[in-house]
Amino acid sequence: MNSIKELFLSKKKNLLSIYFTAGFPQINSTCKILDELIKNGVDLVEIGIPFSDPLADGPSIQKSSEIALKNGMNLSFLFEQLIQYRKKSIQKKNQIPLILMGYFNPVLQFGIEKFCEKCNEAGISGTIIPDLPFDEYNKHYWKLFNKSGLKNIFLITPQTSEDRIKEIDKVSEGFIYAVSSASTTGNFLKIKDDTNSYFEKLNSMKLKNPVMVGFGIFNRETFQKACRFANGAIIGTAFINSLRTNKTLKSDIKQFVEKIR
Amino acid sequence: MGVDKKGFFGDFGGAFIPEMLFPNVEELQKNYLGIINSSQFIKELSVLLRDYAGRPSPLYFASRLSNHYKTRIFLKREDLNHTGSHKINNTLGQILLAKKLGKTRIIAETGAGQHGVATATVCALFGLECVVFMGEKDMKRQKPNVERMKMLGAKVIAATCGSKTLKDATNEAIRDWISNPGNTYYLIGSVVGPHPYPDMVAKFQSVISKEIKQQLKEKTGNENPDYVLACVGGGSNAMGAFYHFIDKPKSKKKKKVNLIGVEAAGKGINSGFSAATTALGTEGIIHGSKTILMQNSDGQITEPHSISAGLDYPGIGPQHAHLFKTKRAIYPSVTDNEALKAAFLLAKLEGIIPALESAHALAYLEKLYAKEKETVVVCLSGRGDKDMETFLAMMDK
Ligand SMILES: Cc1ncc(COP(=O)(O)O)c(C=O)c1O
Repeated sequence: MNSIKELFLSKKKNLLSIYFTAGFPQINSTCKILDELIKNGVDLVEIGIPFSDPLADGPSIQKSSEIALKNGMNLSFLFEQLIQYRKKSIQKKNQIPLILMGYFNPVLQFGIEKFCEKCNEAGISGTIIPDLPFDEYNKHYWKLFNKSGLKNIFLITPQTSEDRIKEIDKVSEGFIYAVSSASTTGNFLKIKDDTNSYFEKLNSMKLKNPVMVGFGIFNRETFQKACRFANGAIIGTAFINSLRTNKTLKSDIKQFVEKIR
Repeated sequence: MGVDKKGFFGDFGGAFIPEMLFPNVEELQKNYLGIINSSQFIKELSVLLRDYAGRPSPLYFASRLSNHYKTRIFLKREDLNHTGSHKINNTLGQILLAKKLGKTRIIAETGAGQHGVATATVCALFGLECVVFMGEKDMKRQKPNVERMKMLGAKVIAATCGSKTLKDATNEAIRDWISNPGNTYYLIGSVVGPHPYPDMVAKFQSVISKEIKQQLKEKTGNENPDYVLACVGGGSNAMGAFYHFIDKPKSKKKKKVNLIGVEAAGKGINSGFSAATTALGTEGIIHGSKTILMQNSDGQITEPHSISAGLDYPGIGPQHAHLFKTKRAIYPSVTDNEALKAAFLLAKLEGIIPALESAHALAYLEKLYAKEKETVVVCLSGRGDKDMETFLAMMDK
């Protein structure tokens, strides 16, 4: 079974997913970060494929992408790292679902078919491609992704209509990524804002898929708030900001996860 | 040759946008044709174009330039429009649309500042809040336009990422739109972006070729020239100048019009400092649209270079990509220096100082080798006031 599905069958509440940009702060940080996240009990990881023009991202993730690209990160190298990592982790039996998150153009240039095959080889369970629209995916790419056992995760926002949420829920597998507010990444949520009605609406819709809340989650308070309404939450910018240097990764990550949970 | 239901021109176009933009883009897709084809809209827009923008713009027979190149050259004088370029055609159209959609805040990107000025102008006219994103590098090299925008009441925000030019300004505008989905209208300045923008902006700019046809018929007896030349940044003045010439004439006796979009080669196509998209680009996605763009083999978008801020963009509109691929139009390029030379030549022979963008179209006359009896229309997309600093630096050399 797909490991994302397995995860949500075994655990329903307070799931913590962490996003980080591959190749940041250094090109060889990817696997170290993965190791530390798993050691510290994170449930799910989203590995960001750096892109020159990340339209939905705020300054922190933009910067991390820029540095990752300068470090020489690209999809071929990332797959090499992940395939190596998988070989080692199978022995260690420490595996959690890995998701690749990135903009469509680098994936398109890499080749969709090759991308799916490599994901499979690297043990990737899902993908998030924010600028690959739902219709386009269903029409052209669904079969290829499915063949490689990949679950493509779709986003919804406070502005998404109920009809569209239902449509997305119908074809989604894995989980639904609920963007917390109308914003790019890195705009930290205010705890007393009016996201409640949106979360309550989602709750009352009784979706068949689990829901993870992302964008703006940055501390224990916002994490817990998101978890009250959803199965868990995703943290990106705050995590990236907490990484100081390649040398301090171990302690940075331990401290960060402890502060959230 | 038109756009299909999903927003594609052949292989190019579509709407590759994050879900956050979906409601806004869908609202536009569903409503734009109904609104802009309504008789009331058409009437309002045509009055504004005539009384406010000063249309029709003249089609001027440039006799001294014609003599120089031994052919018949007409200049479509978009430089004489209010605000000094073709950009006002599109901003008047889109501001009326934004009004009908009930939007209260307008955002725009700008390269040369001409679209920013045209947007700030129509926002002042309609009393709407205006925020313009502009690359930090462009704010320096097109300073007079920054000052104009401010006087018109717009807020100008510097884009400080990447190459600090038009591409980055567009990224920032899209990010702003993501963050302000309710009241904000994104007034795009060229035939780029997700569907329906490329088609909509082309329709608003098509007034250029509509007028060329009428004016050429009056002046020469034939509505079709042999060549239409226009510069291509995103490609809006070119698309406007091509629009009514794209379909081949039905009568076999009439020749088809050669369409030439001139791109900015920067310091040379192979110099590493260029913005010649069709020469250097491959198919991919930029700013929500599948088109041809400059990118490396990893799909990272290349930072372009051109002396002209309005052409300093690594993509082209999807309809141009389609015209290129189907060979209906050609897209040669000229260098920074060739464009500068052409600007000085036009000033000397015709007493017209062109925008650096438009000077690229003029520079291609050197390579066109049109015959004496042939007719060439050049779209003079804007005037050169904003570029005086660059021109002066050239004169000092
Ligand atoms: C005078 C002028 N011409 C041309 C352009 C290029 O834009 P487009 O290719 O959309 O006409 C600009 C853009 O700023 C401009 O100011």
